[in-house]
Amino acid sequence: MSYIPHTAMETQQMLAEIGVDAIDELFRAVPPTHRFPKLDLPPPMSEMEVAAEMLAISEANDHAQDFAIFRGAGAYHHFIPTVVNHMLLRGEFYTAYTPYQPEISQGTLQATYEYQSMMCALTGMDAANASHYDGATSLAEAVTVALEVARHRRKKVILSHAIHPQYREVARTYHRGRDIRIIGDRGRGEIVDLMEMLDENTAMLAVQYPDFFGQIDDMTALADAVHEAGALLVMVANPMALSIFKSPGELGADIVVGEGQPMGVPLGFGGPYLGYFAIRQKYVRRIAGRIIGETLDADGKRAFVMTLRPREQDIKRERASSNICTNQGLMALSASVYMTLMGKNGLRKVGELNYHKAHYAANEISRLDGYSVDMSKPFFNEFVVACPRPIADINKALLEQGIIGGYDLGQHYFHLEDRMLLCVTEMNAKDEIDRLVEILGGLN
Amino acid sequence: MLQPLIYDIGSPGRMGVNLPECDVPKVELPAALMREELPLPEVGEVQVVRHFVKLSKLNYSIDQGLYPLGSCTMKYNPKINEDAARLPGFAQLHPLTDESGSQGALFLMHELQQWLGEISGFEAVSLTPAAGAQGEFAGILMIRQYHIDRGEGQRDLILVPNSAHGTNPATVTMAGMEVLELPSNNKGNVDMDALHAACEGELRDRIAGMMITVPSTLGLFEETILEVIATVHDAGGLMYMDGANMNALMAAVKPGALGFDVMHYNLHKTFSTPHGGGGPGSGAVGVNEKLAPYLPGPIVEIVEDGTADREEPVGATYQVARNARSNDGRPNGSPLQTSAGEAVEPPLYGFVMPEKSIGRMKAFHGNFGMHLRAYAYIRVYGDSGIRDVTRYAVLNANYLRAKLMQTYKVPYPRYCGHEFVLEGHFDDAEDVHALDISKRLMDYGFHPPTNYFPLIVPEALLIEPTETETKADLDEFVAAMERIAEEARDDPELLRNAPHTAPVRRLDEVRAAKELVLCCAPAKAAASV
Repeated sequence: MSYIPHTAMETQQMLAEIGVDAIDELFRAVPPTHRFPKLDLPPPMSEMEVAAEMLAISEANDHAQDFAIFRGAGAYHHFIPTVVNHMLLRGEFYTAYTPYQPEISQGTLQATYEYQSMMCALTGMDAANASHYDGATSLAEAVTVALEVARHRRKKVILSHAIHPQYREVARTYHRGRDIRIIGDRGRGEIVDLMEMLDENTAMLAVQYPDFFGQIDDMTALADAVHEAGALLVMVANPMALSIFKSPGELGADIVVGEGQPMGVPLGFGGPYLGYFAIRQKYVRRIAGRIIGETLDADGKRAFVMTLRPREQDIKRERASSNICTNQGLMALSASVYMTLMGKNGLRKVGELNYHKAHYAANEISRLDGYSVDMSKPFFNEFVVACPRPIADINKALLEQGIIGGYDLGQHYFHLEDRMLLCVTEMNAKDEIDRLVEILGGLN
Repeated sequence: MLQPLIYDIGSPGRMGVNLPECDVPKVELPAALMREELPLPEVGEVQVVRHFVKLSKLNYSIDQGLYPLGSCTMKYNPKINEDAARLPGFAQLHPLTDESGSQGALFLMHELQQWLGEISGFEAVSLTPAAGAQGEFAGILMIRQYHIDRGEGQRDLILVPNSAHGTNPATVTMAGMEVLELPSNNKGNVDMDALHAACEGELRDRIAGMMITVPSTLGLFEETILEVIATVHDAGGLMYMDGANMNALMAAVKPGALGFDVMHYNLHKTFSTPHGGGGPGSGAVGVNEKLAPYLPGPIVEIVEDGTADREEPVGATYQVARNARSNDGRPNGSPLQTSAGEAVEPPLYGFVMPEKSIGRMKAFHGNFGMHLRAYAYIRVYGDSGIRDVTRYAVLNANYLRAKLMQTYKVPYPRYCGHEFVLEGHFDDAEDVHALDISKRLMDYGFHPPTNYFPLIVPEALLIEPTETETKADLDEFVAAMERIAEEARDDPELLRNAPHTAPVRRLDEVRAAKELVLCCAPAKAAASV
């Protein structure tokens, strides 16, 4: 019976203790007309067979061990030191749950506290929560915080069109039931255009850093303008880029959110990922989700505990601003182990490798006939390439040579037809980049 | 005993990882954009391993023993699932891989959608919600949009019993609707008079639906469930089932067949995906045909039929060889053979956005790593095993209940589902509370039950043993609970100061909230205020 340990004799003893003859009798409260339906499921399988089947299904996918990947667009192929997985596989971490009982959960609590600290360090914020579901839902939750800060008197939310298209979709799903307006999708998405949308009805303005096209704008003037309008500046930041670029805190952000996947979480077909959420001290009581704080135990020993609990759904119920309960705790642990291993010097080095390799690739591609690379602004590890053929054709040709090419921007931005978003990370060796350039050169 | 903070064990210049040298010509970094400070720890690999191993030992987990945390279904997390999740074909698959290159993943998601639909009697399933709370949110948004599309946008009230999880009322508010709370009667069922009054009174035209947990958070199957459903449907509302307690229902009853319109599953509860110290979860939603067009997307569908005569349900075996790889790692595209030796072309799976979808709940396609674990779990158990999961979960709960009734007050004299509530206090030991019993359980080597929930039972201890515990484990737990009941009378201070053997003693939670230290001091160096 797989993971059910009962022997027939034990079952009989237990039934006798309960005072019934058969397990079926325990289901009397279920309407007899609907009791015990047959389930049309496959028959049981042994562990050996399941292992073989899972391997077979997994190998029907084009994965990064067999293909060179130059695709990012919100999910990034980075190096994960082996220690991360070894720590994650400790049952003490992954088979525990939310640390409701702090006396026997100090491991999870301290690791999460350290994760919060490192996210503060990266973003330049004062506090971070224990995680949201992913970068997109973190942004959606930031909208809620901004509306609350404005006491729901401001009804306009500006999301730059250079924010990941799926993130903007998720923010819209989350706020369908509210009387607010989400704008910003149209226009060139330049900083000056966004500034013109600001007014006294604006609760927040969000930009991505680096933006969806990989580029970095100077945010200083924008931050001033947003604050002048009495709104909050939210930055959706790639934490890997924060290894070398100025922190959003330095640039004037009030809330920093984003996808923590680049730091120690595998591609995994899109999840589970890690939504991080960091904020300035003055708004910390508005933050949704679990948050860990330091305190003392009865003997005066330092210890950690979930704090600010009265904001949460299980206590505040219909007056809570979010219903989040289960989060992405294990992914926060991944990021925590990853950031600890990399540390101050390693993370900076990874960031620089990304920068140099992406620029090498961009420079080489820009020399190819028929291609042009948008280098009008600084970029990190992604850049936009205008191609001489439809992106689908180019990617098909690349795939035949064992390369997963860039993201087809025309799918979401009609004015970016025949443009691909290429991503180059520390995982792409020079010969891999050279091979990409060579194949592209043959496709002009 | 205490482990120092990671910031306190580093030395300047130390690194935990070796990285390759840059193999391309370096370019100049844009100085004006660069950060100066990066206040992260500086520790070596050995220190990192020891740090996290030591931290891990401060945790209690299912791998160590019984974890009867009610409503959380802390069952054993099969190890094979962890291996499967780490296969390169899953772990290293980019979410924006072309559909032709992710047929394995799509096939798996499609099968899981079918199986979840079958288990609960629903027409269609979306796997995208990231956790139960997000599944609830999706469900209520669907109900809301359904009414709007029928020109009944004034329906803005959701009925919620007072025994509900806190997520239910919070969800309703997030969706821009209002909660109408219903009382429970002395048998733990919804108070039918109150329900009829709400559905047949002046608020009738504002009833959008009802959220109800089955079995309830008291662990009791709602005896009047068919009448509850009919009453809400008659008023024009839709029925949402909180599927947190699905471990009590598999092959016992199908919620869809009872008349529910929508429910969420918690793959991390019922289907054994690990709780991860707080997450990730996975909150798939199932719906009937009324709500199918509104499902959050994307969902997986067969976009091009294969040539195989597909007997339902089918394993993946024939899917597989098609994509067997040649030596250079790429699919060889050769068609597969059936057992009869004929060549077959499997169907093509693709992502589809349902026609009137409420939209995306998160980026990409849900917590795929949880989908594949749930797939492996259902595959191991199969039809007969899934039935046994529920049967033995209910057996274990009723056994514990029968044993503990001899020492503790158990409200509601009926058989329970997969969990039950005790009152954690004694008339002759008034100073002892449920929390004290919980803390003392730690000294006996157990994780405590859920405390003070559901709110309608005084000093509630909600106990859910799950099916993966042996009779011997349960007996040890009973013995500990009996000892604690004696201690409550003989030495109440022992309980009130418990735990005595845990890594730390009780914490000053007021201090934590007042002083609000949320971040190690060295990490703050980067903050500019």
